[in-house]
Amino acid sequence: MITAVVEERDYLHESYGIKSWLLTKDHKRIGLLYLHTITFFFFLGGIFATLIRVELLTPHGDLVTSDTYSKLFTLHGVMMIFFFMIPSIPASLGNFFLPMMIGAKDLAFPRINLLSWYLLLIGGCLAIYAMLAGGVDTGWTFYTPYSTSYSNSYVIATGLGIFIAGFSSILTGLNFIVTVHRMRAPGMTWFRLPLFVWSNYATALIQVLGTPVIAITLVLLICERVLHIGIFDPARGGDPVLFQHLFWFYSHPAVYIMVLPGMGVISELISTFSRKPVFGYKFVAFSSVAIAVLGFLVWGHHMFVSGQSVYAGLVFSFLSYFVAIPSAIKVFNWTATLYKGSISYATPMLYAFGFIGLFTIGGLTGLFVASLGVDVHVHDTYFVIAHFHYIMVGGTMMAYLGGLHYWWPKMTGRMYPEGFAKLSALTIFLGFNLTFFPQFILGYLGMPRRYHNYPDEFQVLHVMSTAGASVLAVGYLMPLIYFMWSLRYGKIAGPNPWGATGLEWQTSSPPPAHNFDETPVVTTEAYDYAALEAAKVG
Amino acid sequence: MGSELPLFPVQASSVAASVDHLVYFLLAVAVFFSVGIFVSIFYFAVRYRRRFESEVPPTVHGGMTLEIAWTVIPFGLTMIMFMWGASIFFKMSRPPDDAQEVYVVGKQWMWKMQHMEGQREINELHIPVGQAMKLTMTSEDVIHDFFVPAFRTKADVLPGRYTTTWFKPTKPGKYHLFCSQYCGTNHSLMVGWIYVMEPQDYQAWLSGGATGSLASSGEKLFQDLACANCHHLNDQGRCPNLRNLFGSQVPLSDGSHVLANEDYIRESILNPSAKIVAGYQPIMPTFQGLVTEENVLQLIEYIKSLTPKPGAAPAAGAAKSTQVKKLSKQ
Amino acid sequence: MDSHTETLALREQFETPGQQKEASTLGMWIFLVTEIMFFAGLFLAYSIYRREFAGVFAVASNTLDVVIGAVNTAVLLCSSYTMVLAVRAAQMGMRKALIVFLILTMVFGGIFLGVKAYEWNQKFEEHHVPGATFHLEGTTQQGPAQLFFSLYFTMTGLHALHMVVGMGIMLTLLLQAIAGRYTPDYYTPVDVGGLYWHFVDIVWIFLFPLLYLIGRHYH
Repeated sequence: MITAVVEERDYLHESYGIKSWLLTKDHKRIGLLYLHTITFFFFLGGIFATLIRVELLTPHGDLVTSDTYSKLFTLHGVMMIFFFMIPSIPASLGNFFLPMMIGAKDLAFPRINLLSWYLLLIGGCLAIYAMLAGGVDTGWTFYTPYSTSYSNSYVIATGLGIFIAGFSSILTGLNFIVTVHRMRAPGMTWFRLPLFVWSNYATALIQVLGTPVIAITLVLLICERVLHIGIFDPARGGDPVLFQHLFWFYSHPAVYIMVLPGMGVISELISTFSRKPVFGYKFVAFSSVAIAVLGFLVWGHHMFVSGQSVYAGLVFSFLSYFVAIPSAIKVFNWTATLYKGSISYATPMLYAFGFIGLFTIGGLTGLFVASLGVDVHVHDTYFVIAHFHYIMVGGTMMAYLGGLHYWWPKMTGRMYPEGFAKLSALTIFLGFNLTFFPQFILGYLGMPRRYHNYPDEFQVLHVMSTAGASVLAVGYLMPLIYFMWSLRYGKIAGPNPWGATGLEWQTSSPPPAHNFDETPVVTTEAYDYAALEAAKVG
Repeated sequence: MGSELPLFPVQASSVAASVDHLVYFLLAVAVFFSVGIFVSIFYFAVRYRRRFESEVPPTVHGGMTLEIAWTVIPFGLTMIMFMWGASIFFKMSRPPDDAQEVYVVGKQWMWKMQHMEGQREINELHIPVGQAMKLTMTSEDVIHDFFVPAFRTKADVLPGRYTTTWFKPTKPGKYHLFCSQYCGTNHSLMVGWIYVMEPQDYQAWLSGGATGSLASSGEKLFQDLACANCHHLNDQGRCPNLRNLFGSQVPLSDGSHVLANEDYIRESILNPSAKIVAGYQPIMPTFQGLVTEENVLQLIEYIKSLTPKPGAAPAAGAAKSTQVKKLSKQ
Repeated sequence: MDSHTETLALREQFETPGQQKEASTLGMWIFLVTEIMFFAGLFLAYSIYRREFAGVFAVASNTLDVVIGAVNTAVLLCSSYTMVLAVRAAQMGMRKALIVFLILTMVFGGIFLGVKAYEWNQKFEEHHVPGATFHLEGTTQQGPAQLFFSLYFTMTGLHALHMVVGMGIMLTLLLQAIAGRYTPDYYTPVDVGGLYWHFVDIVWIFLFPLLYLIGRHYH
């Protein structure tokens, strides 16, 4: 264990000026740069969501035109997925803490790390340009031939924006893999790594293997749209379903890019706030990798009714059930960690509880859509929307907020206000369920996705959902406000306010620029609270 | 049972009940595990709440038995779900032999139906209760999807080829039809109604306003477009004999064979040079642009009528995988 | 102490030069894996359509000049050989040899690109470029024929783009070599640059038979 000897200034204060931020190589500063960027895109995507929900208060399209509505749901999806969710935890919390957790001074390639951020910015600017110039109306899934031959919107600009942001993701993944392989401190064996590292490592594998496929798919989409090369055009012998295969080959693993890091955060939170090692550490670690691998084999479950063969459907359905198992294993292990623990109700833990509950529900509804017979009915209905929002919002978003609250004192040296934080966690939990649970019912009743007008009998459920969304919006605004407030008025935080294990808690809050004065030498297992206790006393 | 719950759409087809039954099972499993997890978390969080700041609980080591148990049991459950869902899916993919055909053309933003007897409908489909209907569908532009929640059926409708779906309505009534693949501006207005009628009412409806069966319209087209000049319906023309063609295996000039189904006929009309029948010259001109998708379906019905239909030899290919027949088969 | 002044061979974030070299090499290998996945989508699309339109694709493929393609293949193989020699020269500290071999590698690369440009120009003149003026003799299926050439230009174009980037990398290495930056203790950029170059070569080794050699009969 190393106690920090703080003679140098911390990373926030060791240099000043905009150039020192925009040209930084410090993974911690880059993590904060990302934090700002993704927060912006989150709220931008949230504005689209708000408009969608307000429009859906009434069965007829009266707030916006049909085309505008199509652009709203498309941009909501594009902004949220490619510019918020995919980078979110790895690029902000991962960037900040992965090197520290393994006892390294930085990532393997700091300048590539900075480049990754700029790529996200450039891609994001292109997407914003497309939005301001008139928007894109194809749905975030860009199905052909609508996107290639019929849409009169800014498909190419958006596609290019996503393409560039994809390279941001690839380079981050590459950086993380090399870092974990080559830069662990002495004594930091694979099975002593915090589970947050395992999760980000598994995520990085997906980023590196999957993202290039969406990249080439977007290239082909753009070529088809501009040059009419015919690859997705039946009139020239092409196949529109080929686009779907190529698209989903990335976009299914992408959902694991979005959830795995969240799972990693939860492992940390559950452990710290139970003061116990995660039950079944190795099982959780291997489950992360299993999810990453199996996640590449199930893309066709998005295409059960697309016209693919019955036998393809069978294979994909079978494998989709397979991939559910490692997630279940994790949920059971997290719950078991609580047994005979010492449970604190600090805000991060509340988010962890919320995650486990809501991810469980979301995951269980995945069993519905994985079933061929049921999916025929619920595909492309609000049931699917509810399913994935339970996982991405009820899951990842909660994990992200939990992680933010957990590591806020480390990153900023300040505590957030606990009372308000608990209140907003509760608000988010309630608002979320009120927003999305009715959508399961709507979906099973037959309400299709991407519908601007709908039959009158669905209105009650839509009104409930919108009411929930307004509560949820308030819940999200609260942290924005009190986090900013805490930067000036928050209680000063010590190095380890939570009594957590992990190398990042062995330095000051905020950490020094070089993380550690001496390279740590690791001699204890992960989550060894007894050793932590002994070190304190001794 | 489930048909009166406000949470479920009415069960109006022969598969609807089985889908709902599987859903009940899935719901039971989901509720069991969700409640279990919620209760466990709540219980542990209260029972083991932190009593003093420096409390360090005793270590609890992971248990292999537990890990295996909560891996194997969920796996077993998911395999049951898989097999159950797959068996329903098989049923959904195989229209019964006595299914009647209806043709559907989707285009931005309307549904055009054609009954074999000749009735044309727009955004509505009248069908008799208790009779299985097989829909052969194509799109004139982008991908659409034919979704009837009350039947629990859904299938994408693609440009350039045919896809099929089938259902057997079990309850007279009026049911929503939705397009459920985003297709542009008026996607949410591309909706309609399925009218399931008592058999006598359906007969009455049929006999009002027919313009001749699909096959007879097809025959008229066949004459008008001068197909008959080459295709003499015997072995004497310069062109392959269309009698007894539908459902047979056609030998091609490159040595391969192709099944003469709807996709093959459609391709032969719109892109005749794609496949040349063995022993014939590639002289057929294309009719792309000269016929609409509905015309093509009428011609297909006519050609089908040239193959007598004993009970056991229906439109081949319909019995097996009916989801898709690709345009170009090897 | 662990802080050290940063040098080329030992950047701030690393503990030892060996660690840095291993990290850089692993990083390049992972990058090449992403490149494989990038090209994979095109190869998949090509394989699917090749199977579906075998006859038309064969006719189209036969209009490509096998001799030129083979020459280009040989040229790239030579360039990989000179690249290997460059890496070895760097390893041995033979600066002049390193410079010569880098230049030779670039020469071969340039020849490849020049020949490619010539080929493409030929295709343009034969009206084999997909578009309004496209026409391929020997088949009535102009749609799938265009599909072949769309894939041909996309795949060879993407490859050529990677070659151009490779030339840029070679140029950078060359300038650095001239400036004396590489020693037997530090020549990692040459090493990983070589890996990239070999990868681009290997992509061509797959492209050539797939695109040029369908159903060829030799007399």
